[in-house]
Amino acid sequence: MSTGPTILPAGPDALLLEVAGLDEVLALDAALRAAVDGGAASWASVTDVVPAARTVLLVTRPGTDLVALAAAIRALPTPRHSDFVRLACGSTPEKGPTSAPKSHEVGGGGVEIVVRYDGADLAEVAAMTGLDPAEVVRAHTSTLWRVAFGGFVPGFGYLVGGDPRLQVPRRESPRTRVPAGSVALAGEFTGVYPRASPGGWQLIGTTDAVLWDPDRSPPAVLTPGTRVRFVDIEASR
Amino acid sequence: MIPALEVLETGPLVLIEDEGRPGHASVGVGHSGAADRSAHRLGARLVGNDEHLASLEVLLGGLRVRARGRLTVALTGAPAPARVDDRPIGHASLVDLAHGSVLTLGMPAAGLRTYLTVRGGIDVAPVLGSRSADTLSGVGPPPVRAGDVLPVGPAGATFPHVDQAAHPSHAVPWGSGDTGVAELEVLPGPRSAWVGGWGSSLGGLLGTTWHVHGDSDRIGLRLSGFRVERAAPYRDVELPSEGLVRGAVQIPAGGAPVLFLADHPATGGYPVIAVLTASAIDRAAQLRPGDLVRLRPPP
Repeated sequence: MSTGPTILPAGPDALLLEVAGLDEVLALDAALRAAVDGGAASWASVTDVVPAARTVLLVTRPGTDLVALAAAIRALPTPRHSDFVRLACGSTPEKGPTSAPKSHEVGGGGVEIVVRYDGADLAEVAAMTGLDPAEVVRAHTSTLWRVAFGGFVPGFGYLVGGDPRLQVPRRESPRTRVPAGSVALAGEFTGVYPRASPGGWQLIGTTDAVLWDPDRSPPAVLTPGTRVRFVDIEASR
Repeated sequence: MIPALEVLETGPLVLIEDEGRPGHASVGVGHSGAADRSAHRLGARLVGNDEHLASLEVLLGGLRVRARGRLTVALTGAPAPARVDDRPIGHASLVDLAHGSVLTLGMPAAGLRTYLTVRGGIDVAPVLGSRSADTLSGVGPPPVRAGDVLPVGPAGATFPHVDQAAHPSHAVPWGSGDTGVAELEVLPGPRSAWVGGWGSSLGGLLGTTWHVHGDSDRIGLRLSGFRVERAAPYRDVELPSEGLVRGAVQIPAGGAPVLFLADHPATGGYPVIAVLTASAIDRAAQLRPGDLVRLRPPP
Protein backbone atom coordinates (compact mmCIF):
# COMPACT_ATOMS: atom_id res chain seq x y z
CA MET A 1 0.00 0.00 0.00
CA SER A 2 1.47 3.30 -1.08
CA THR A 3 1.24 6.39 1.11
CA GLY A 4 2.61 8.98 -1.32
CA PRO A 5 2.67 9.60 -5.04
CA THR A 6 4.93 7.71 -7.41
CA ILE A 7 7.55 10.22 -8.55
CA LEU A 8 8.42 9.88 -12.24
CA PRO A 9 11.18 11.73 -14.16
CA ALA A 10 10.06 14.34 -16.70
CA GLY A 11 13.29 15.76 -18.07
CA PRO A 12 15.78 18.22 -16.57
CA ASP A 13 13.28 20.58 -14.93
CA ALA A 14 10.14 18.66 -13.98
CA LEU A 15 8.68 15.75 -12.01
CA LEU A 16 5.46 13.87 -12.75
CA LEU A 17 3.65 12.62 -9.66
CA GLU A 18 1.29 9.70 -10.18
CA VAL A 19 -1.52 8.70 -7.81
CA ALA A 20 -4.39 6.22 -7.87
CA GLY A 21 -7.21 8.44 -9.10
CA LEU A 22 -8.97 11.78 -9.18
CA ASP A 23 -9.66 12.06 -5.44
CA GLU A 24 -5.96 11.62 -4.77
CA VAL A 25 -5.11 14.15 -7.51
CA LEU A 26 -7.38 16.75 -5.89
CA ALA A 27 -5.79 16.18 -2.51
CA LEU A 28 -2.21 16.14 -3.80
CA ASP A 29 -2.76 19.21 -5.98
CA ALA A 30 -4.14 21.17 -3.03
CA ALA A 31 -1.26 20.07 -0.80
CA LEU A 32 1.30 21.04 -3.45
CA ARG A 33 -0.28 24.45 -4.05
CA ALA A 34 -0.33 25.09 -0.32
CA ALA A 35 3.36 24.15 -0.13
CA VAL A 36 4.28 26.36 -3.10
CA ASP A 37 2.22 29.29 -1.76
CA GLY A 38 3.79 28.71 1.67
CA GLY A 39 7.07 29.87 0.17
CA ALA A 40 9.47 27.42 1.81
CA ALA A 41 12.85 27.33 0.09
CA SER A 42 12.52 23.87 -1.43
CA TRP A 43 9.34 24.95 -3.27
CA ALA A 44 10.47 28.39 -4.40
CA SER A 45 11.58 27.28 -7.87
CA VAL A 46 8.29 25.58 -8.79
CA THR A 47 6.66 27.58 -11.62
CA ASP A 48 3.71 25.34 -12.50
CA VAL A 49 1.55 22.74 -10.75
CA VAL A 50 -0.47 20.92 -13.42
CA PRO A 51 -3.06 18.42 -12.18
CA ALA A 52 -4.65 15.92 -14.57
CA ALA A 53 -6.74 12.76 -14.26
CA ARG A 54 -4.18 10.65 -12.42
CA THR A 55 -1.09 12.83 -12.16
CA VAL A 56 0.23 16.19 -11.06
CA LEU A 57 3.13 17.69 -13.02
CA LEU A 58 5.56 19.98 -11.21
CA VAL A 59 7.56 22.28 -13.49
CA THR A 60 10.55 24.15 -12.04
CA ARG A 61 13.01 26.78 -13.12
CA PRO A 62 16.13 25.41 -14.85
CA GLY A 63 18.85 24.37 -12.42
CA THR A 64 16.47 23.22 -9.67
CA ASP A 65 17.67 20.37 -7.45
CA LEU A 66 15.01 17.77 -8.32
CA VAL A 67 16.34 15.28 -5.76
CA ALA A 68 15.71 17.79 -2.98
CA LEU A 69 12.29 18.58 -4.42
CA ALA A 70 11.41 14.88 -4.52
CA ALA A 71 12.37 14.64 -0.84
CA ALA A 72 10.12 17.62 -0.04
CA ILE A 73 7.25 15.92 -1.90
CA ARG A 74 7.71 12.72 0.11
CA ALA A 75 7.66 14.80 3.30
CA LEU A 76 4.25 16.34 2.51
CA PRO A 77 1.53 15.44 5.02
CA THR A 78 -0.65 12.58 3.78
CA PRO A 79 -3.82 14.13 2.36
CA ARG A 80 -7.14 13.34 3.99
CA HIS A 81 -9.35 11.70 1.42
CA SER A 82 -12.52 11.89 3.50
CA ASP A 83 -13.12 15.51 2.45
CA PHE A 84 -13.77 14.39 -1.07
CA VAL A 85 -16.19 11.68 -0.10
CA ARG A 86 -18.28 14.30 1.64
CA LEU A 87 -17.89 16.64 -1.29
CA ALA A 88 -19.26 13.97 -3.62
CA CYS A 89 -22.34 13.77 -1.39
CA GLY A 90 -22.97 17.45 -1.93
CA SER A 91 -21.98 19.03 1.37
CA THR A 92 -19.36 21.68 1.92
CA PRO A 93 -16.29 20.40 3.70
CA GLU A 94 -14.69 22.48 6.42
CA LYS A 95 -11.41 24.06 5.50
CA GLY A 96 -8.68 21.55 6.17
CA PRO A 97 -5.21 20.79 4.94
CA THR A 98 -6.67 19.71 1.60
CA SER A 99 -8.62 22.88 0.86
CA ALA A 100 -7.28 25.12 -1.87
CA PRO A 101 -5.16 28.07 -0.76
CA LYS A 102 -6.90 31.44 -0.73
CA SER A 103 -5.27 32.83 -3.86
CA HIS A 104 -6.92 30.12 -5.92
CA GLU A 105 -10.36 30.74 -4.55
CA VAL A 106 -12.88 33.15 -5.96
CA GLY A 107 -15.51 34.90 -3.90
CA GLY A 108 -14.56 33.39 -0.54
CA GLY A 109 -14.25 29.74 -1.40
CA GLY A 110 -16.50 29.12 -4.34
CA VAL A 111 -18.25 30.48 -7.36
CA GLU A 112 -21.85 30.35 -8.46
CA ILE A 113 -22.48 30.09 -12.18
CA VAL A 114 -25.95 31.07 -13.34
CA VAL A 115 -27.12 28.82 -16.17
CA ARG A 116 -29.98 28.90 -18.62
CA TYR A 117 -30.71 25.20 -19.03
CA ASP A 118 -31.52 25.30 -22.74
CA GLY A 119 -28.76 23.06 -24.13
CA ALA A 120 -29.20 21.29 -27.45
CA ASP A 121 -28.57 17.91 -25.81
CA LEU A 122 -30.71 18.38 -22.68
CA ALA A 123 -33.52 16.12 -23.95
CA GLU A 124 -31.02 13.47 -25.03
CA VAL A 125 -29.23 13.62 -21.66
CA ALA A 126 -32.61 13.19 -19.98
CA ALA A 127 -33.35 10.16 -22.15
CA MET A 128 -29.94 8.61 -21.47
CA THR A 129 -30.14 9.11 -17.73
CA GLY A 130 -33.80 8.12 -17.36
CA LEU A 131 -34.56 11.49 -15.77
CA ASP A 132 -36.81 14.20 -17.11
CA PRO A 133 -35.16 17.50 -18.12
CA ALA A 134 -36.23 19.21 -14.89
CA GLU A 135 -34.62 16.42 -12.87
CA VAL A 136 -31.39 16.79 -14.89
CA VAL A 137 -31.35 20.48 -13.99
CA ARG A 138 -32.03 19.72 -10.33
CA ALA A 139 -29.27 17.12 -10.27
CA HIS A 140 -26.80 19.50 -11.92
CA THR A 141 -27.59 22.34 -9.50
CA SER A 142 -27.88 20.34 -6.31
CA THR A 143 -24.27 19.28 -5.77
CA LEU A 144 -21.15 21.29 -5.10
CA TRP A 145 -18.74 20.65 -7.98
CA ARG A 146 -15.01 21.14 -7.79
CA VAL A 147 -12.47 21.92 -10.50
CA ALA A 148 -10.19 18.89 -10.76
CA PHE A 149 -7.92 20.08 -13.57
CA GLY A 150 -7.70 22.28 -16.64
CA GLY A 151 -6.35 21.88 -20.13
CA PHE A 152 -7.96 21.75 -23.58
CA VAL A 153 -8.31 25.53 -23.99
CA PRO A 154 -7.45 28.44 -21.68
CA GLY A 155 -9.94 28.71 -18.86
CA PHE A 156 -11.61 25.33 -19.34
CA GLY A 157 -11.94 23.27 -16.17
CA TYR A 158 -12.90 19.64 -15.66
CA LEU A 159 -15.37 19.70 -12.73
CA VAL A 160 -16.08 16.65 -10.59
CA GLY A 161 -18.36 15.90 -7.67
CA GLY A 162 -21.63 15.73 -9.57
CA ASP A 163 -24.68 13.55 -9.07
CA PRO A 164 -23.61 10.10 -10.33
CA ARG A 165 -26.86 9.83 -12.31
CA LEU A 166 -25.53 12.54 -14.64
CA GLN A 167 -22.73 10.41 -16.10
CA VAL A 168 -23.24 10.34 -19.85
CA PRO A 169 -20.90 9.44 -22.72
CA ARG A 170 -19.49 12.03 -25.09
CA ARG A 171 -21.44 12.59 -28.29
CA GLU A 172 -20.71 10.04 -30.99
CA SER A 173 -19.62 12.75 -33.38
CA PRO A 174 -18.18 15.94 -31.88
CA ARG A 175 -19.59 19.31 -32.93
CA THR A 176 -17.25 21.42 -35.02
CA ARG A 177 -18.38 24.50 -33.10
CA VAL A 178 -19.69 24.67 -29.56
CA PRO A 179 -20.75 28.23 -28.62
CA ALA A 180 -18.90 30.09 -25.85
CA GLY A 181 -20.61 29.70 -22.47
CA SER A 182 -22.00 26.24 -23.22
CA VAL A 183 -22.42 24.14 -20.07
CA ALA A 184 -21.81 20.48 -20.85
CA LEU A 185 -21.49 16.96 -19.46
CA ALA A 186 -19.17 14.05 -20.34
CA GLY A 187 -18.31 11.03 -18.22
CA GLU A 188 -18.06 12.07 -14.59
CA PHE A 189 -17.26 15.67 -15.59
CA THR A 190 -19.09 18.88 -16.22
CA GLY A 191 -17.48 21.90 -17.86
CA VAL A 192 -18.12 25.30 -19.42
CA TYR A 193 -16.67 26.17 -22.84
CA PRO A 194 -14.88 29.50 -22.23
CA ARG A 195 -14.84 30.29 -25.94
CA ALA A 196 -16.31 28.84 -29.12
CA SER A 197 -14.43 25.69 -30.04
CA PRO A 198 -14.97 22.19 -31.39
CA GLY A 199 -16.29 19.82 -28.74
CA GLY A 200 -17.90 16.47 -28.11
CA TRP A 201 -19.56 17.01 -24.74
CA GLN A 202 -23.34 16.91 -24.21
CA LEU A 203 -24.68 20.48 -24.03
CA ILE A 204 -27.25 21.09 -21.30
CA GLY A 205 -27.20 24.87 -20.91
CA THR A 206 -25.53 28.23 -21.43
CA THR A 207 -24.08 30.89 -19.17
CA ASP A 208 -23.06 34.53 -19.64
CA ALA A 209 -20.27 34.15 -17.06
CA VAL A 210 -16.88 35.16 -18.50
CA LEU A 211 -14.62 32.32 -17.39
CA TRP A 212 -11.46 33.45 -19.15
CA ASP A 213 -10.16 37.02 -19.41
CA PRO A 214 -6.40 37.47 -19.83
CA ASP A 215 -6.72 41.07 -18.60
CA ARG A 216 -8.10 39.90 -15.25
CA SER A 217 -6.06 38.51 -12.37
CA PRO A 218 -6.38 35.59 -12.09
CA PRO A 219 -7.49 35.25 -15.72
CA ALA A 220 -9.35 31.96 -15.18
CA VAL A 221 -12.30 31.54 -12.82
CA LEU A 222 -12.11 27.74 -12.84
CA THR A 223 -8.68 27.12 -11.34
CA PRO A 224 -7.99 23.65 -9.90
CA GLY A 225 -9.53 23.27 -6.45
CA THR A 226 -12.22 25.92 -6.96
CA ARG A 227 -15.68 24.89 -5.74
CA VAL A 228 -18.57 25.61 -8.07
CA ARG A 229 -22.34 25.63 -7.69
CA PHE A 230 -24.54 25.93 -10.76
CA VAL A 231 -27.72 27.98 -10.35
CA ASP A 232 -30.79 27.67 -12.59
CA ILE A 233 -31.65 31.12 -13.95
CA GLU A 234 -35.37 30.24 -13.78
CA ALA A 235 -35.15 29.34 -10.11
CA SER A 236 -33.04 32.40 -9.23
CA ARG A 237 -35.58 34.90 -10.57
CA MET B 1 9.45 60.49 -31.22
CA ILE B 2 9.08 57.06 -29.69
CA PRO B 3 11.76 54.74 -31.07
CA ALA B 4 10.17 51.98 -33.12
CA LEU B 5 10.56 49.44 -35.88
CA GLU B 6 8.31 50.08 -38.84
CA VAL B 7 7.55 46.76 -40.54
CA LEU B 8 7.74 47.03 -44.33
CA GLU B 9 7.57 43.36 -45.23
CA THR B 10 7.46 39.97 -43.51
CA GLY B 11 8.31 36.46 -44.64
CA PRO B 12 6.28 33.34 -43.74
CA LEU B 13 5.96 34.19 -40.03
CA VAL B 14 7.34 36.83 -37.66
CA LEU B 15 6.39 36.58 -33.98
CA ILE B 16 7.15 38.63 -30.89
CA GLU B 17 8.71 36.34 -28.28
CA ASP B 18 10.42 36.63 -24.91
CA GLU B 19 11.30 34.17 -22.14
CA GLY B 20 7.71 32.93 -21.99
CA ARG B 21 4.73 32.83 -19.69
CA PRO B 22 5.17 30.38 -16.80
CA GLY B 23 2.53 29.79 -14.14
CA HIS B 24 -0.65 29.29 -16.19
CA ALA B 25 -0.37 25.68 -17.38
CA SER B 26 -3.03 24.52 -14.90
CA VAL B 27 -5.61 26.72 -16.66
CA GLY B 28 -4.56 25.60 -20.13
CA VAL B 29 -2.02 28.27 -21.10
CA GLY B 30 1.44 26.94 -21.87
CA HIS B 31 4.84 28.51 -21.34
CA SER B 32 5.45 29.61 -24.96
CA GLY B 33 8.40 32.01 -25.48
CA ALA B 34 11.27 31.99 -27.99
CA ALA B 35 11.52 28.59 -29.70
CA ASP B 36 15.36 28.75 -29.68
CA ARG B 37 15.86 30.14 -26.17
CA SER B 38 19.67 30.33 -26.39
CA ALA B 39 19.52 32.39 -29.61
CA HIS B 40 17.04 34.81 -27.99
CA ARG B 41 19.30 35.10 -24.92
CA LEU B 42 22.43 35.66 -26.99
CA GLY B 43 20.66 38.52 -28.77
CA ALA B 44 19.66 39.99 -25.41
CA ARG B 45 23.23 39.76 -24.10
CA LEU B 46 24.69 41.33 -27.24
CA VAL B 47 22.53 44.47 -27.06
CA GLY B 48 22.60 44.67 -23.25
CA ASN B 49 18.93 43.75 -22.75
CA ASP B 50 17.40 41.92 -19.85
CA GLU B 51 16.43 38.46 -21.19
CA HIS B 52 12.79 39.14 -20.33
CA LEU B 53 12.57 41.80 -23.03
CA ALA B 54 11.00 40.65 -26.29
CA SER B 55 12.71 40.05 -29.63
CA LEU B 56 11.37 39.18 -33.09
CA GLU B 57 11.43 35.52 -34.07
CA VAL B 58 11.70 35.45 -37.86
CA LEU B 59 10.86 32.18 -39.63
CA LEU B 60 12.85 31.73 -42.85
CA GLY B 61 13.78 35.38 -43.29
CA GLY B 62 11.94 37.79 -45.52
CA LEU B 63 11.74 40.62 -42.97
CA ARG B 64 12.25 44.31 -43.86
CA VAL B 65 12.04 46.94 -41.12
CA ARG B 66 12.76 50.67 -41.01
CA ALA B 67 14.24 52.28 -37.90
CA ARG B 68 12.40 55.14 -36.23
CA GLY B 69 15.00 56.82 -34.12
CA ARG B 70 18.52 55.51 -33.71
CA LEU B 71 18.50 51.83 -32.71
CA THR B 72 21.02 49.16 -31.74
CA VAL B 73 20.15 45.66 -32.95
CA ALA B 74 21.62 42.16 -33.30
CA LEU B 75 20.72 39.10 -35.34
CA THR B 76 21.11 35.65 -33.75
CA GLY B 77 19.82 32.12 -34.37
CA ALA B 78 19.77 30.88 -37.96
CA PRO B 79 22.43 32.89 -39.84
CA ALA B 80 20.90 34.68 -42.81
CA PRO B 81 22.28 37.24 -45.25
CA ALA B 82 21.32 40.68 -44.01
CA ARG B 83 21.99 44.28 -44.91
CA VAL B 84 21.27 47.76 -43.66
CA ASP B 85 20.31 49.82 -46.70
CA ASP B 86 22.98 48.51 -49.13
CA ARG B 87 25.62 47.56 -46.57
CA PRO B 88 25.93 43.87 -45.61
CA ILE B 89 25.95 43.25 -41.86
CA GLY B 90 27.30 40.37 -39.79
CA HIS B 91 25.55 37.70 -37.75
CA ALA B 92 25.64 37.81 -33.95
CA SER B 93 27.09 41.33 -34.14
CA LEU B 94 26.05 44.70 -32.77
CA VAL B 95 24.52 46.78 -35.56
CA ASP B 96 23.71 50.47 -35.40
CA LEU B 97 20.57 51.54 -37.26
CA ALA B 98 20.37 55.24 -38.11
CA HIS B 99 16.91 56.83 -38.15
CA GLY B 100 15.23 55.91 -41.43
CA SER B 101 17.65 53.13 -42.36
CA VAL B 102 16.17 49.83 -43.55
CA LEU B 103 17.27 46.41 -42.32
CA THR B 104 16.62 43.56 -44.76
CA LEU B 105 16.88 39.95 -43.64
CA GLY B 106 17.24 37.23 -46.27
CA MET B 107 16.61 33.50 -46.15
CA PRO B 108 18.90 31.50 -43.83
CA ALA B 109 21.06 28.89 -45.59
CA ALA B 110 20.42 26.48 -42.73
CA GLY B 111 18.15 26.58 -39.71
CA LEU B 112 14.68 28.07 -39.43
CA ARG B 113 14.52 30.93 -36.99
CA THR B 114 16.54 34.13 -36.87
CA TYR B 115 16.10 36.50 -33.92
CA LEU B 116 16.18 40.26 -34.34
CA THR B 117 16.84 41.83 -30.96
CA VAL B 118 16.59 45.59 -30.42
CA ARG B 119 18.22 47.33 -27.50
CA GLY B 120 15.25 48.23 -25.25
CA GLY B 121 13.14 45.31 -26.50
CA ILE B 122 9.91 45.20 -28.52
CA ASP B 123 7.61 47.06 -26.16
CA VAL B 124 4.09 45.81 -26.96
CA ALA B 125 1.64 45.30 -24.07
CA PRO B 126 2.36 42.12 -22.10
CA VAL B 127 -0.42 39.55 -21.60
CA LEU B 128 -0.23 37.53 -18.34
CA GLY B 129 3.24 38.89 -17.73
CA SER B 130 4.75 38.05 -21.11
CA ARG B 131 4.96 39.51 -24.63
CA SER B 132 5.24 36.05 -26.21
CA ALA B 133 2.88 35.06 -29.01
CA ASP B 134 1.50 31.61 -28.17
CA THR B 135 0.37 30.05 -31.47
CA LEU B 136 -1.59 27.30 -29.70
CA SER B 137 -3.68 29.19 -27.14
CA GLY B 138 -3.80 32.47 -29.07
CA VAL B 139 -2.60 34.35 -25.98
CA GLY B 140 -0.14 37.20 -26.58
CA PRO B 141 0.48 39.61 -29.47
CA PRO B 142 -0.72 38.65 -32.97
CA PRO B 143 1.81 37.77 -35.68
CA VAL B 144 3.74 40.78 -36.97
CA ARG B 145 2.42 42.17 -40.29
CA ALA B 146 3.60 44.71 -42.84
CA GLY B 147 2.45 48.14 -41.70
CA ASP B 148 2.89 47.39 -37.99
CA VAL B 149 4.86 49.92 -35.99
CA LEU B 150 6.53 48.08 -33.12
CA PRO B 151 7.48 50.37 -30.22
CA VAL B 152 10.97 49.91 -28.77
CA GLY B 153 11.31 50.21 -25.00
CA PRO B 154 13.77 52.34 -23.07
CA ALA B 155 17.32 51.01 -23.04
CA GLY B 156 18.38 49.54 -19.70
CA ALA B 157 21.33 50.55 -17.57
CA THR B 158 23.46 47.71 -18.92
CA PHE B 159 25.63 48.51 -21.90
CA PRO B 160 26.74 46.03 -24.54
CA HIS B 161 30.10 44.47 -23.67
CA VAL B 162 31.16 42.95 -26.97
CA ASP B 163 30.66 43.78 -30.63
CA GLN B 164 30.35 40.21 -31.81
CA ALA B 165 29.76 36.76 -30.33
CA ALA B 166 31.31 33.54 -31.59
CA HIS B 167 28.70 31.29 -33.18
CA PRO B 168 27.28 28.94 -30.58
CA SER B 169 28.55 25.43 -31.28
CA HIS B 170 25.18 24.20 -32.50
CA ALA B 171 24.56 27.08 -34.86
CA VAL B 172 26.43 26.01 -37.98
CA PRO B 173 25.66 23.49 -39.25
CA TRP B 174 22.48 22.41 -37.53
CA GLY B 175 23.40 18.79 -38.19
CA SER B 176 26.62 17.34 -36.91
CA GLY B 177 28.77 18.27 -39.90
CA ASP B 178 30.13 15.19 -41.63
CA THR B 179 27.00 13.11 -41.46
CA GLY B 180 24.49 15.94 -41.66
CA VAL B 181 22.47 14.34 -38.89
CA ALA B 182 21.47 16.51 -35.93
CA GLU B 183 22.07 14.75 -32.63
CA LEU B 184 19.62 15.58 -29.85
CA GLU B 185 20.29 14.55 -26.27
CA VAL B 186 17.38 13.11 -24.27
CA LEU B 187 16.78 12.35 -20.59
CA PRO B 188 14.30 9.84 -19.10
CA GLY B 189 10.60 10.61 -19.52
CA PRO B 190 7.78 9.55 -17.19
CA ARG B 191 6.66 6.72 -19.50
CA SER B 192 10.03 5.30 -20.60
CA ALA B 193 8.82 1.94 -19.27
CA TRP B 194 6.12 1.84 -21.96
CA VAL B 195 8.82 1.29 -24.59
CA GLY B 196 11.21 -0.97 -22.71
CA GLY B 197 12.60 1.35 -20.04
CA TRP B 198 15.55 3.74 -19.79
CA GLY B 199 18.70 1.90 -20.84
CA SER B 200 16.91 0.20 -23.76
CA SER B 201 16.59 1.64 -27.27
CA LEU B 202 13.19 3.01 -26.15
CA GLY B 203 11.34 1.00 -28.77
CA GLY B 204 13.69 2.19 -31.51
CA LEU B 205 13.54 5.92 -30.65
CA LEU B 206 17.29 5.86 -30.03
CA GLY B 207 19.44 4.55 -32.86
CA THR B 208 16.95 5.43 -35.59
CA THR B 209 17.80 8.19 -38.05
CA TRP B 210 14.57 10.16 -38.28
CA HIS B 211 13.31 12.64 -40.84
CA VAL B 212 11.75 15.91 -39.70
CA HIS B 213 8.21 15.84 -41.07
CA GLY B 214 6.71 18.82 -42.90
CA ASP B 215 3.88 19.05 -40.40
CA SER B 216 6.11 20.69 -37.78
CA ASP B 217 5.74 24.07 -36.11
CA ARG B 218 6.26 25.90 -32.80
CA ILE B 219 3.95 23.40 -31.10
CA GLY B 220 6.04 20.39 -32.03
CA LEU B 221 8.39 18.69 -34.40
CA ARG B 222 7.01 15.51 -35.98
CA LEU B 223 9.47 12.77 -36.88
CA SER B 224 8.94 10.10 -39.52
CA GLY B 225 10.78 7.07 -40.89
CA PHE B 226 10.01 4.41 -38.31
CA ARG B 227 7.43 3.45 -35.67
CA VAL B 228 8.32 3.34 -32.00
CA GLU B 229 7.02 0.03 -30.63
CA ARG B 230 5.41 -0.19 -27.21
CA ALA B 231 6.53 -2.92 -24.83
CA ALA B 232 4.13 -5.88 -24.63
CA PRO B 233 2.34 -4.96 -21.36
CA TYR B 234 1.46 -1.49 -22.71
CA ARG B 235 0.30 -2.34 -26.27
CA ASP B 236 -3.40 -1.64 -25.80
CA VAL B 237 -3.26 0.57 -22.72
CA GLU B 238 -4.83 4.04 -22.82
CA LEU B 239 -3.08 6.82 -20.94
CA PRO B 240 -5.28 9.45 -19.26
CA SER B 241 -4.13 12.97 -20.20
CA GLU B 242 -1.25 14.28 -18.13
CA GLY B 243 0.84 17.45 -17.92
CA LEU B 244 3.40 18.02 -20.69
CA VAL B 245 6.79 19.75 -20.55
CA ARG B 246 8.63 21.60 -23.30
CA GLY B 247 10.96 19.06 -24.91
CA ALA B 248 8.69 16.08 -24.22
CA VAL B 249 9.10 13.22 -26.71
CA GLN B 250 5.58 11.84 -27.07
CA ILE B 251 4.59 8.69 -28.95
CA PRO B 252 1.05 8.93 -30.38
CA ALA B 253 -0.90 5.83 -31.39
CA GLY B 254 0.74 5.65 -34.83
CA GLY B 255 4.24 5.37 -33.32
CA ALA B 256 5.74 8.48 -34.99
CA PRO B 257 7.36 10.66 -32.30
CA VAL B 258 6.44 14.28 -31.61
CA LEU B 259 9.08 16.54 -30.00
CA PHE B 260 7.17 19.27 -28.20
CA LEU B 261 8.52 22.82 -28.52
CA ALA B 262 7.65 26.21 -27.00
CA ASP B 263 3.88 26.28 -27.75
CA HIS B 264 3.17 22.70 -26.63
CA PRO B 265 -0.26 21.94 -25.14
CA ALA B 266 -0.48 21.96 -21.33
CA THR B 267 -1.57 18.30 -21.26
CA GLY B 268 -1.45 15.31 -23.60
CA GLY B 269 -2.90 11.82 -23.72
CA TYR B 270 0.00 9.79 -25.17
CA PRO B 271 3.07 8.47 -23.36
CA VAL B 272 6.11 10.75 -23.01
CA ILE B 273 9.06 8.35 -23.20
CA ALA B 274 11.93 10.86 -23.05
CA VAL B 275 12.55 14.60 -22.68
CA LEU B 276 15.05 16.71 -24.65
CA THR B 277 17.72 18.64 -22.78
CA ALA B 278 17.47 22.44 -22.91
CA SER B 279 20.14 22.77 -25.63
CA ALA B 280 18.57 19.93 -27.64
CA ILE B 281 15.24 21.80 -27.60
CA ASP B 282 16.97 24.89 -29.02
CA ARG B 283 18.60 22.81 -31.71
CA ALA B 284 15.32 21.03 -32.53
CA ALA B 285 13.66 24.44 -32.96
CA GLN B 286 16.08 25.12 -35.83
CA LEU B 287 15.49 21.87 -37.76
CA ARG B 288 13.78 22.04 -41.13
CA PRO B 289 11.39 19.58 -42.70
CA GLY B 290 13.52 16.87 -44.34
CA ASP B 291 16.48 17.32 -41.95
CA LEU B 292 17.87 14.14 -40.40
CA VAL B 293 17.89 13.72 -36.64
CA ARG B 294 19.05 11.14 -34.13
CA LEU B 295 18.23 11.04 -30.42
CA ARG B 296 20.72 9.78 -27.89
CA PRO B 297 21.15 9.60 -24.11
CA PRO B 298 23.86 11.72 -22.45
CA PRO B 299 27.38 10.29 -22.92
